Amino acid sequence: MPETKEFTIDKEIDARGSFCPGPLMELIRGMKALPVGGVLAVLSSDPGSAKDIPTWVQKAKHDFLGAFPEQGYTRFVARKAH
Amino acid sequence: MPKHVLIIGGGVGGTIVANLLARHTQAADASVTLVESTGHHAYMPGWLYMPFNHDGLDSEHILRGEHDLLNHRVNHIRGTVMRIDTQNHEVRVHYSPGFDEIAGTGGATEATYGYDYLVLATGARLAPEDLDGLSEYDGDSQWHHFYSAEGALNLQHALHHFEGGRIVITVGGIPYRCPPAPLEFTFLLDEWLEKRGLRSKTEIQYLFPLPRVFPIESVAEVVTPLLEQRNIGYTIFFNPESVNTEKKIIYSLEGEEVPYDLLVLVPPHRGARIIEDSGLGDEQGWIPTDRATLEVKGQPHVYALGDATDLPVSKSGSAAHFEAKIVAARLLAELRGEQPGPDTVYDGEVMCFLETGYNKATQLVFNYEHPPRPPRPSLYYHMEKQLFNRAYWHIVPQGLV
Repeated sequence: MPETKEFTIDKEIDARGSFCPGPLMELIRGMKALPVGGVLAVLSSDPGSAKDIPTWVQKAKHDFLGAFPEQGYTRFVARKAH
Repeated sequence: MPKHVLIIGGGVGGTIVANLLARHTQAADASVTLVESTGHHAYMPGWLYMPFNHDGLDSEHILRGEHDLLNHRVNHIRGTVMRIDTQNHEVRVHYSPGFDEIAGTGGATEATYGYDYLVLATGARLAPEDLDGLSEYDGDSQWHHFYSAEGALNLQHALHHFEGGRIVITVGGIPYRCPPAPLEFTFLLDEWLEKRGLRSKTEIQYLFPLPRVFPIESVAEVVTPLLEQRNIGYTIFFNPESVNTEKKIIYSLEGEEVPYDLLVLVPPHRGARIIEDSGLGDEQGWIPTDRATLEVKGQPHVYALGDATDLPVSKSGSAAHFEAKIVAARLLAELRGEQPGPDTVYDGEVMCFLETGYNKATQLVFNYEHPPRPPRPSLYYHMEKQLFNRAYWHIVPQGLV
């Protein structure tokens, strides 16, 4: 799993090209399956994720750790807070 | 020696793979075995309409014998898979009641089958117990769903005795089969209540986990105005956390609570129990699957398709249908001793309909590269869907389309 200075990703979901159910659904599914404190990354090529994913993470009171642009997609990272 | 392909699951995916392989191989080259436990093939999209019509559990619109849908070259085993051993290429099957007599197994109730190639088309199962406050669904449950024939029939009875109040429709867990279904149900319910003269006495509330009423923005843009026109209330960002069936209140992890008189809740889903028991699934029992080749990750000679996979495509008969054609084409190449070509990769293709009530529907066609551009709901797509519901039995399981 990729590793950065601030956090270690416990699970990564490749949701590139997912329109239905879509990257946010994949993130919600991943968060539910993760233990509290776990860090989840979701890869998305959907421009809508830039708004959707941080909004949901905030609304659900988890920790949004960042959006990291890659070639043709973005890696969204969040920590399960409760 | 013929190579042996073993397929687990008699839904749309498993049945198509079996039929295509049987049709395009000779007995000297390949034998094809399909194992499933019920002896029946269900057309699950038919469950959506059941609450509003008079179909029973054995209606030919939703249920037919699996054996009649299979090519004569498919060796059809009716039994429950007890163990999948991918190390030794073996599957242990406990025969369903009566099967040993049909098959003349000499009284044996279990057998082990070897394979050269294994296809996991094991589908999804409902796991209501994954949502706090719900337990295994039965006829007395104080909540409803239309994700099994029994559930849809119970809901049919509940609706036919409904006299008004608040109906709440929501999604209990992610992922779930057929993402448009709760929305379609909502639209069909609105029309049905109107025709029965109950709409003015009924408040309909649609609760959805995402920041809009449907995962895809272009689709949400088409259907949100329809909800508003029909006076259907909706709440977004509603991820159910628990249900109190005595107080009749549903609670979200976002901190909201919604009371109801009749709750229609898509139950949480999981992969098949045998997948969890065999250690082949992830935390929810979905099989880690290559999004292009449909091979099970880390398991040579094993393919997975349909609801059983962890792919980021909708869990739907449509996805299973397109994936089955890819799995069959790859297996046919492998059986010929060839490397599957670049034309035998899954591109994420899905085609489905979204009923919007009052004899109208729209259509969603998409793949990994192209999002859907749903047309304005019209009679045309509704008729196409209705035709498909009938034509299904004659063209889809056989692998003719």
